[in-house]
Amino acid sequence: MRTVILRSIAPFLTSLMVLFSIFVLLRGHNEPGGGFIGGLIAASALAIYGIACGVAAVRRAIYFHPIAISAVGLLMSALAGVLSLFAEVPFMSGLWVYPHLFGVEVALSSVLVFDVGVYLVVVGAICSIALGLEEGDRD
Amino acid sequence: MSAAAPATTLLVLVLPFLAALVAPWLTRRLGHNAAWVLALAPLAVFVRFLGFAGAVADGAAVTGGFAWVPSYNVSFSWLIDGLSLTFALLISGIGTLIILYSGGYLKGDARLGRFFSFMLLFMGAMLGVVVSDSFLMLFVYWELTSITSFLLIGFDHTREASRRAAVQALVVTGGGGLALLAGLLVIWNVTGVSQLSELFAHGDALRASPFYLLALLTVLGGAFSKSAQFPLHFWLPNAMEAPTPVSAYLHSATMVKAGVYLLMRLNPVLGDTVWWETLLPLFGGATLIVGTLLAVRQTDLKLMLAYTTVSSLGLLVMLTGFGSEHAIAAAVLYLVAHSLFKGALFMVAGLIDHETGTRDITALGGLRKAMPITFVAAMAAAISMAGLPPFVGFLAKEEIYYALWAANPWSLAFVAVAIIGNGLMFVIGFAVAIKPFFGAPVATPKAAHEGPVLLWLGPLVLGLTALAAGLLSPLSHRFVSSPMASAVAGRAETVTISVIPHLGMALLLSLVTVAFGIAAYRMLDRLRAGMARLLEAIGWGPDRGFDQVISGIVRLSVAVTRIIQPGRLDIYMTVTFLLIAAALILPMAIYGEWPSMPAWPEDAQFHELVVIAIVPIGLLAVMLARDRLTAIVSLGVQGFAVALIFMLFGAPDLSFTQFMVETLAVVILALVMTRLKLLASDHRPTGRKAVDLAVSLACGGGFMLYLLSVTQQPFNTALSDFFGAYSKTIAHGANVVNVIIVDFRGTDTLGEIAVVMVTALAILSLIRIRTPRPGLIADNDPDQPRADLGKAN
Repeated sequence: MRTVILRSIAPFLTSLMVLFSIFVLLRGHNEPGGGFIGGLIAASALAIYGIACGVAAVRRAIYFHPIAISAVGLLMSALAGVLSLFAEVPFMSGLWVYPHLFGVEVALSSVLVFDVGVYLVVVGAICSIALGLEEGDRD
Repeated sequence: MSAAAPATTLLVLVLPFLAALVAPWLTRRLGHNAAWVLALAPLAVFVRFLGFAGAVADGAAVTGGFAWVPSYNVSFSWLIDGLSLTFALLISGIGTLIILYSGGYLKGDARLGRFFSFMLLFMGAMLGVVVSDSFLMLFVYWELTSITSFLLIGFDHTREASRRAAVQALVVTGGGGLALLAGLLVIWNVTGVSQLSELFAHGDALRASPFYLLALLTVLGGAFSKSAQFPLHFWLPNAMEAPTPVSAYLHSATMVKAGVYLLMRLNPVLGDTVWWETLLPLFGGATLIVGTLLAVRQTDLKLMLAYTTVSSLGLLVMLTGFGSEHAIAAAVLYLVAHSLFKGALFMVAGLIDHETGTRDITALGGLRKAMPITFVAAMAAAISMAGLPPFVGFLAKEEIYYALWAANPWSLAFVAVAIIGNGLMFVIGFAVAIKPFFGAPVATPKAAHEGPVLLWLGPLVLGLTALAAGLLSPLSHRFVSSPMASAVAGRAETVTISVIPHLGMALLLSLVTVAFGIAAYRMLDRLRAGMARLLEAIGWGPDRGFDQVISGIVRLSVAVTRIIQPGRLDIYMTVTFLLIAAALILPMAIYGEWPSMPAWPEDAQFHELVVIAIVPIGLLAVMLARDRLTAIVSLGVQGFAVALIFMLFGAPDLSFTQFMVETLAVVILALVMTRLKLLASDHRPTGRKAVDLAVSLACGGGFMLYLLSVTQQPFNTALSDFFGAYSKTIAHGANVVNVIIVDFRGTDTLGEIAVVMVTALAILSLIRIRTPRPGLIADNDPDQPRADLGKAN
């Protein structure tokens, strides 16, 4: 599988796909997309990178252990739910703020934090399985 | 209370957890001096709760909280009355001293930061147990104390004894926690309330209910396992494997009293029945006697104290079971006295161990000159434990005899039990406080000298508090004993006993106890030898029983696993798919509810038919493929076609997901194939192929029929109407699918992603399993580094 062509385009393809996955994640609330789909796209991006350049390269690229990424995602999602307790509304109620950044109104919410958590869980979980399988006995 | 009060109380309740979070970092920077900073957290808790003392002493109960899951009537709410306040003050007060003590005790240990963290986590959990108003909150905190106790007992995890003790404590107390949950749910169902503060009005209804006994027994299961009642007492002495600060804090002063707390808390609603007044005194009395007898047998300072803790807990349960006015007052006084003197004595035992290098009482002597402050603290605690004036222990013992004395055989039996128990505790108390300090100095592994201030501060303060609580009894009664006794009894009570002895039966019984104690102290060595012989003759205790039960469970599960998991994947798959096919087809066959076949759609567009045609083509390719890789990729073709169908019929999110899942499925299947080193081609015999074909046809046909009959039902649009109408207005999102996932049903999603992560962990560990090398499991020698530790990532 490690042809020169694949190896040359894999980094670009992967970066584009990860960028696209984040785009899909962020637009998810109003148009098709969301954390789950975004996570799957990012995971397949990393899978392409792994097939082309090897497991070690992927591990270097994502820096953290994939299970740790997954765990952080889960924690983030849970904490996004807990946030609402401090606003004296039931667990998991969505909270919204609309700050103006550089003159543009940006809608931020605890729901978005939750969705980012979902994204991280999915990326981390699938990556750890794929990398574990690809690595074979060489750990 | 001011308007900001609930928020402040919430902050105080999470403060120990926050402190636990920063503890490792702080300890890396400040070393053992981090103790001074970290102790501020429990101190702040202590001060905050002290602020409630005035209101609570006037008979008020402070409640507050936040809605948690209002649809199930579950809240995060607290109830602070005399009972919880006393416990909270003990937990935070002793906690402050223990954090300081830990700093001195584990000075220089690389794991000190983690230790502080665990201790503070436990503190937060324990505080939660005693202030919880909501049942579920109580249960969650209850199990948290079991888990943190597990972590602390197993702190020295390279030793097998620690690990065994930790698992044992977790199994016993965690199992008891499940019994408690069952009990609380029964009470919830019978009375319909989920808060302790509302429960008190439903006592009569509960006692009259046919489920009363069930509720009582399950609650007792929780309380008895946590508070180490006979025959579940064995985990507590084993828990002494933990570092001494843990023993002093968790396994004498606070956690083991959670069971007693629960009984006291529920006394107004579950008490005052024949069952309550029989079961509690019997188990408590048995625990009292067994505990003291086993304590006499020991020579290790910590183990001696551990067994007397068991017996003290028995005494408390026994008194709570009697339920009379004096018995409750006695239980309250004894609980406070015990936390003070036992915490102090444990810290003294740790101090002696720390400064001399041994805890064996037969190898210690003459430390009075070398360790004068420790000696003072030890004597103060021991006098309180022995029940001599003017310490608070004396008040407790007087009140115990007031409570128990009555001229009938039942009461007399318990008076005898109490005299033997108290007498033997007198012996142990003085054995710990006198033996190591008096007599000729004995050479110890380390040259004995006074410990640092961090170490002696705790026991000294606790010893002096015991003295002050006794001398200033009007004050301690007003703010601690009376409110607490009122909360336990469920009606206003006043505790009046003072250090000035009154002539009467109680004093006489006290004198008998002291005389018995002195006599027993003089014969301690002979008693110890006698007990040793007796135990050898019996030979078989609950501790060994625990091992038998555990190994029995392991053997049973091995046997069951052999039957239902023979280890051949093709058998699992065949059975699974056969069952799915049966579940789909059999109900339709039995009830004759076959769906009617749909007519061929007249308006089918050409491009739709093309996409649909791709599906069978992909499947045909799977079947005709010569090697597995081609088959896997062809399966992906079929999946993409389905994704296209989703897209055509207006489900872009679903289609999107399907595309990604198919892609990743192909990648992962291909990886699995190379990983398992399968042959490139399929080599099943024809007979086997026929069976597999039949099974898959049945499964696929079943799904088709099932989907047909589902779509032929009238479609209920209530949910989709709701989501469609409110997605934009309530949740600010136009994509209904995403809004459902992350907002309307966010809690479901949280559960699902937790499953995703746990599955990944499980798969990862399955991938990493290798044939075990001999000697890999035997890692009990900490000096022998494990070969595989460094390499695992």
